[in-house]
Amino acid sequence: MTDFPWLTTLALLPLVGALVVMAVPAGDRAADEAGALRRELLAKQVALGFSLVTLALTIALALRFDANSSAMFQFAETYEWIPQFGVSYALGVDGIALVLIALAAVLTPVCILASWHDVDVLPERRRSVKGYFALLLLLETFMIGVFAATDVFLFYVLFEAMLVPMYFIIGSYGGAQRSYAAVKFLLYSLAGGLLMLAAVIGLYVVSDGGPQAFLFENMLGTEMSTGTERLLFMGFFIAFAIKAPLWPVHTWLPDAAAEAPPGGAVLLVGVLDKVGTFGMIRLCLPLFPDASKWATPVVITLAVVGILYGALLAIGQTDMKRLIAYTSISHFGFIVMGIFAMTTYGQAGSTLYMVNHGFSTAALFLIAGFLISRRGSRLIADYGGVQKVAPILAGTFLVAGLSSLALPGLSTFVSEFLVLVGTFSRYEVAAVVATGGIILASLYILLMYQRTMTGEPNEHTSKLADLTMREAWVVAPLVAVMIALGFYPKPLLDVINPAVGRTMEQVGVQDPEPGVPAAEGVSR
Amino acid sequence: MSTYLASAAEPGSVAEATGVLSLGWLLILLPLLSAAVLLLGGRRTDSFGHLLGTAAPAASFVIGFLQFLALTGRDGEDRAVGQQLFSWVPAGNFNVDVGLLIDPLSMSFVLLITFVGTLIHVYSIGYMEHDPDRRRFFGYLNLFVAAMLLLVLADNFLVLYVGWEGVGLASYLLIGFWSHNASYAAAAKKAFVANRVGDFGLSVAIMIMFAKFGGVSFAEVFGSAEGASEATLTVIGLMLLLAATGKSAQFPLQSWLGDAMAGPTPVSALIHAATMVTAGVYLIVRSNAIFDAAPDAQLAVVIVGAFTLLFGAVIGTAKDDIKKALAASTMSQIGYMMLAAGLGPVGYAFAIFHLLTHGFFKAGLFLGAGSVMHGMNDQVDMRRFGGLSTVMKLTWATFALGWLAIIGFPGLSGFWSKDKIIEAAFVGEGWRPWVFGTAALIGAGVTAFYMTRVFIMTFHGRRRWTEDVHPHESPLVMTVPLMVLAVGSAFLGLVLGPTGLLDDWLAPVVGEHGDEHPVIAVPVLTSLTVLLVLVGAGLAWSTYQRRAVPTVAPRGTVLTRAARRDLYQDTVNEALLMRPGQYLTRSLVFFDNRVVDGAVNGLAALIGGTSGRVRRLQTGFVRSYALSMFIGAAVVVGAMLLVRL
Repeated sequence: MTDFPWLTTLALLPLVGALVVMAVPAGDRAADEAGALRRELLAKQVALGFSLVTLALTIALALRFDANSSAMFQFAETYEWIPQFGVSYALGVDGIALVLIALAAVLTPVCILASWHDVDVLPERRRSVKGYFALLLLLETFMIGVFAATDVFLFYVLFEAMLVPMYFIIGSYGGAQRSYAAVKFLLYSLAGGLLMLAAVIGLYVVSDGGPQAFLFENMLGTEMSTGTERLLFMGFFIAFAIKAPLWPVHTWLPDAAAEAPPGGAVLLVGVLDKVGTFGMIRLCLPLFPDASKWATPVVITLAVVGILYGALLAIGQTDMKRLIAYTSISHFGFIVMGIFAMTTYGQAGSTLYMVNHGFSTAALFLIAGFLISRRGSRLIADYGGVQKVAPILAGTFLVAGLSSLALPGLSTFVSEFLVLVGTFSRYEVAAVVATGGIILASLYILLMYQRTMTGEPNEHTSKLADLTMREAWVVAPLVAVMIALGFYPKPLLDVINPAVGRTMEQVGVQDPEPGVPAAEGVSR
Repeated sequence: MSTYLASAAEPGSVAEATGVLSLGWLLILLPLLSAAVLLLGGRRTDSFGHLLGTAAPAASFVIGFLQFLALTGRDGEDRAVGQQLFSWVPAGNFNVDVGLLIDPLSMSFVLLITFVGTLIHVYSIGYMEHDPDRRRFFGYLNLFVAAMLLLVLADNFLVLYVGWEGVGLASYLLIGFWSHNASYAAAAKKAFVANRVGDFGLSVAIMIMFAKFGGVSFAEVFGSAEGASEATLTVIGLMLLLAATGKSAQFPLQSWLGDAMAGPTPVSALIHAATMVTAGVYLIVRSNAIFDAAPDAQLAVVIVGAFTLLFGAVIGTAKDDIKKALAASTMSQIGYMMLAAGLGPVGYAFAIFHLLTHGFFKAGLFLGAGSVMHGMNDQVDMRRFGGLSTVMKLTWATFALGWLAIIGFPGLSGFWSKDKIIEAAFVGEGWRPWVFGTAALIGAGVTAFYMTRVFIMTFHGRRRWTEDVHPHESPLVMTVPLMVLAVGSAFLGLVLGPTGLLDDWLAPVVGEHGDEHPVIAVPVLTSLTVLLVLVGAGLAWSTYQRRAVPTVAPRGTVLTRAARRDLYQDTVNEALLMRPGQYLTRSLVFFDNRVVDGAVNGLAALIGGTSGRVRRLQTGFVRSYALSMFIGAAVVVGAMLLVRL
């Protein structure tokens, strides 16, 4: 590998984009309507351009990535930052980080294109149009950074920094209840962040110290007492559980996702929340292997409860966006369960699930957003018969929904099945109960589809237009990815497998042998 | 009695496919591509959509037939070839390839699916001619054919699962094809959800297979089955049975099939009669290595089959909707196949035999019903039919052959295949042959009754038409498929059954069966069956031919009323599942909003002040957040200094 700072470049590119977007003069709408619109369009085009260049660079990075490399992290960069406290600026990716960065890089331009007119039409016209797109790009910088950080302290800083653009996206550009949702989102995150901060400090205290104490590889294998390890584990885990979100610390998500503008909701649920599950597999398991095993029965239980609880709550929702948010709570249950099942295929499934869930949820939120922007209501009951007037919108919504319910042949199935089979090898009961989630999933998706898309159009839906060309361009790549990864997930799995295998080594757990009863496996 | 799959523990001991046999992927790809063109191409493909959509399964049939010829050219034990296409899910120890298996069992299905499928596509050109969405209809049908072929050609359970849910998806899309009708959309969802309950079973079965045997391919699973404990195999068997009850509309997951008649009639013929609903039977026959070693699971299969065959038959006697009567009959006939499949080696071949003949005569009957509906303004109420034999002669004649075939008229297809199942059901010791044999026997009599009832109410007796209908014979594009299917209904049984062709053909897959003797001598059984059929048909004749059929259904006995309401299957499901489910979700929504969230809101109010102040706080909040981060950073620095100094 060359010494070119690939990851720093990749992470900074959207930031530069955000600055350029902000530098586009806003113009005075009252004085020169056409000029202001022109400049707003320019700002949007600049934002889209930067996000596409970032995507291109990510693809180049992925092509240079060597899945079979023996190095823990590739494209590694390490610079001293605050050596007095052992803090470095260190970036690097393994397969897990790479696929999640790719997810962020794909979804950002998709969201920018999807949000093209979302800000123009806000009731209070005082919202800055370019500000919204700059925030999306800023968010991308932090998202790439947090997945690439290989210094625990840097990870923490970026983990917290992510909140700021998201807070503004929800609080300034959201729906009617935006301030409530934004504050709730912030309070929850702050609470988690504080716990994590305490754990970060604690980790430093027990570490070997030195100018690079916070480097991930230096933190590995840190000696600590059982009690300390469990406390530190809980500090990190609770922060990640809130972010993910895991039952019962989930109630911020439906509000935040429902009130956020569609593009923001996608990045929030599709990517930002993955930092929680990413943190579990990247930090919790390797740094605190014994505590992780100790906590496994509780975590698996919470995850299974979350799977069923989220699904049942989704069935009971009357608001489309809240419904989709609750389905995500169910899906995050699957992801967490697969991580803590401690099998390579279960963890590979969870990692793949993070990516697949990103795409299918993005498609659901965005298409629902298109629908809501036409009719001006989030309530399921206000719709009906859309299939007849807007068949493409309805058809793509169905495909996204089918992926969300893990229909074999679409992407989520492979990951969900890997999670289930990975869990079953150790925790038969948990896996079988969680499998019940597939029945509930068919209910929440198909009930929503039935109530919104089928039947005769009502007086409000009979004139809805089908997807525009721009909207079709937003949805098409997502649908294509869902189908492609459903039939051929191998390229992603080949990248993920070695990284997951390394995590399992760090935890010191081996896959169970076939035929061995679950009771003889690890723990329990 | 081990078959090649059970002995082929080593992957690769099934011969590599060569020549035309290596074109299995094309068989699936052709209809899939056609579906993609039709569904993505939109209105631009309207003009030729139905032609492309028909050509694709026809081409698959040609390939399939060539493969069949190639297979017959081999020795019995060599009639299984495999092909690995690509690595699908490589995840550590869990490693699944997309692979195909062409053997006598999968080949039988390929021929049935593509041949009957092509005929139904041809028929649909005429039947759907006036539907503005005919192209989309053909797209969905092609998608179905591709998924069904994948289901039967897969060489492992996970790829089978893809086809399994793929046909479920196609079924969902086609039942809801006219989804602007709200009740049709509800029927589509019901079918999908009921099937998902079955899929739960398939998922769990596959998980157990992997956990116990370390793989999910047929070779790995069946190869390891001999060494596995009976308990494991029984659980796997029961889970597979659950899957089969969903897909094949068997008790207790049968309730979706009647509602599925909301789909256009060709769909009912192809998916909900001839092919998809028989996938459960395929699954069990394919997994014979598991069931043979798990007698308790087998018994469960037999019980489900015997119960459903009577359950469906009873419902069939009371339905006035011609399609729902046929649907009940399908449920009942698949019950026969299940029963046979559960009997073990003595029944596997007969299950498939009846599946094939049923595929012909039931498809023919459904298409005949469609032809009647076509001429009667889409009416389905048999009480408003009658006397159609003179105006729709071709439909009448072909329907008559289907009717005689299904009731088991001596010499016709159903006679050979159903009779064999009844004989097999009477094989065994203790109480079982008497109970299951009697069920099969009674079922034959009831079948004769309800099918004769359908035939007479539709084609004979007084004309009870509503005023606005002008019945007419359907165009050739519809009647030619009817005639072909009628020929099959008449002779397929004779060709495959008494000649022993099918038995020998399937023996390498399902094992040989010896000369088991029923507890009642065969000639006696055959006479008894024919006698019961005559009684059933005669009863129907005396009720519906000799007496006038009222246009409004009479109140009927308790049993009739129960049968009309599908023996209260929906009422039971509603009371046991739907209502409690709704209460559960509602109370959980309340719990989440008030209890979980309420606690958090209380905390937030405590920290952030009252809700009125939150608005004012909003602008100041980020500043305070930045401040808190700053303070946090200061705390970190301080703490580190303290600790390290």
